[in-house]
Amino acid sequence: MNTEGLQVTLKAEGEELFAVLSGEVDHHTAASVRKEIDTALFKHRPRRLYLDLSGVDFMDSSGLGLILGRAALSEEMGAEVTLLHPGARVKKILAVAGISRLSHIKTEE
Amino acid sequence: MKTEKINEMKATLPALSVNEGVARALVGAFCAQLNPTLEEIADLKCAVSEAVTNCIVHAYRGEGGPIYISVSLYQDRSITVTVRDRGCGIPDVALARQPLYTTNTDGERSGMGFSVMETFTDCLTVRSRTGVGTGVTMKKRLL
Repeated sequence: MNTEGLQVTLKAEGEELFAVLSGEVDHHTAASVRKEIDTALFKHRPRRLYLDLSGVDFMDSSGLGLILGRAALSEEMGAEVTLLHPGARVKKILAVAGISRLSHIKTEE
Repeated sequence: MKTEKINEMKATLPALSVNEGVARALVGAFCAQLNPTLEEIADLKCAVSEAVTNCIVHAYRGEGGPIYISVSLYQDRSITVTVRDRGCGIPDVALARQPLYTTNTDGERSGMGFSVMETFTDCLTVRSRTGVGTGVTMKKRLL
């Protein structure tokens, strides 16, 4: 589904749910993407949620909020969260928040 | 030593979330005349995005209001960006600037806005009065 400036493609494969984000993640675009991901989480109840960030070319702290919120919800549901392929800009903002120090959020290059 | 101002712009945007991207594009386009690197302009746009989002989410609490953006460019390739609002103001600026601090209760705000502004610019000044509004000034000198 399209959200102006940000798209999310959701794919469930067995116990895994992939959310592929593409575009700019800010407070405006995060709102509807959040709902889509949460709807898919409740529908599929995966054991692992992957947030593919390879297509994200801008993220501010609202994107951090999106990630932290999905991680909190996933943890409540007993699912692990992994961030996939963050680009250099996304890594920079993740570093500001110290995401790598959070044990419940993994990152894969 | 004072450096000469070579250009400036002022813009007023309504506090609509769609204008977060507009503000980034506006400031990015204006600062392009100083030939920043991709990283420098990305840092600046991110800092502006944070400041504008704070106006929308916290200053006006989603109820709208004007956001005043001004950008000054200087001969020494330094940039000053000010983002002001007439919102509710911040009772304790020092507390608000602490990483992870947020007044939001739905768990969807990271509380990292000011931290990002500080990290991605050279100098951040926040002035606020409750019931009057807040002004955020960010300075960045391009290499």
